Amino acid sequence: MARMKFLCDAERCIECNGCVTACKQEHEVPWGVNRRRVVTLNDGVPGEKSISVACMHCSDAPCMAVCPVDCFYKTSEGVVLHDKDLCIGCGYCFYACPFGAPQFPQDGAFGLRGKMDKCTFCAGGPETDFSAAEFRKYGRNRLAEGKLPACAEMCSTKALLGGDGDVIADIYRNRVLKRGKGSEVWGWGTAYGKPEKQPAAQPGAKS
Amino acid sequence: MRKLLAIAAAVALAGVAAGCGEKSSVTVYKQGQYQGKPDKQPWDNDQFKSDKAAWEKAVKSRNLGQNEYVRVSGG
Repeated sequence: MARMKFLCDAERCIECNGCVTACKQEHEVPWGVNRRRVVTLNDGVPGEKSISVACMHCSDAPCMAVCPVDCFYKTSEGVVLHDKDLCIGCGYCFYACPFGAPQFPQDGAFGLRGKMDKCTFCAGGPETDFSAAEFRKYGRNRLAEGKLPACAEMCSTKALLGGDGDVIADIYRNRVLKRGKGSEVWGWGTAYGKPEKQPAAQPGAKS
Repeated sequence: MRKLLAIAAAVALAGVAAGCGEKSSVTVYKQGQYQGKPDKQPWDNDQFKSDKAAWEKAVKSRNLGQNEYVRVSGG
């Protein structure tokens, strides 16, 4: 099996925030922490594009490189996870991450920065699988149940794909080849079918 | 006099030899090692009973389920 990856199709994402809601609900993520969010470019302008962003489980993860306590590890499936018992909440990973994935819940009476929280690719963490401690710290372990991340599986338009990098790349490639480009993707042609071809005018015939 | 020369030679030899033991002061960065608790493989549980192939099959079927061109006929 190849590495686990997310892929978001900007042509399909309708900014419904279903992925964000699915993630929040699945892992009971506390208020103020967003493991996943939808980013819209040129919002309000015709042709705006949205993508769903979370931890991209980088092959060469910068968060792993900068962590002073080495609390990050990578599973055999390429999922970047961390040990919350070791995390000191310094925030270096937040500065290093190009996607703004690491989140820091407000903890304590004075809003102190708590231990880092991020997308786990629904793979839990370094606690006993399906235990209460794992759920409390990292959320549900869907991968150990043979399932894929809730956000990708919940996506209504299938804009967000998650899973084996090779398989989702094939799905995306097949999709792009079938749907074409430009107005073939969305708009009048897609909604009402392709315009019928007009028969070629005969030479000399009255128009 | 000879004794003094012998002592001086021994000290000089020790000084020269000490130079050979000098270590490079340039730090070589080494990739940090994970310091936390070990994690188990996703197939090491009661559901899959350490059967990696069964787990991969389950995940792959879920993976392919994301392709609606295959799920819905006439796509």
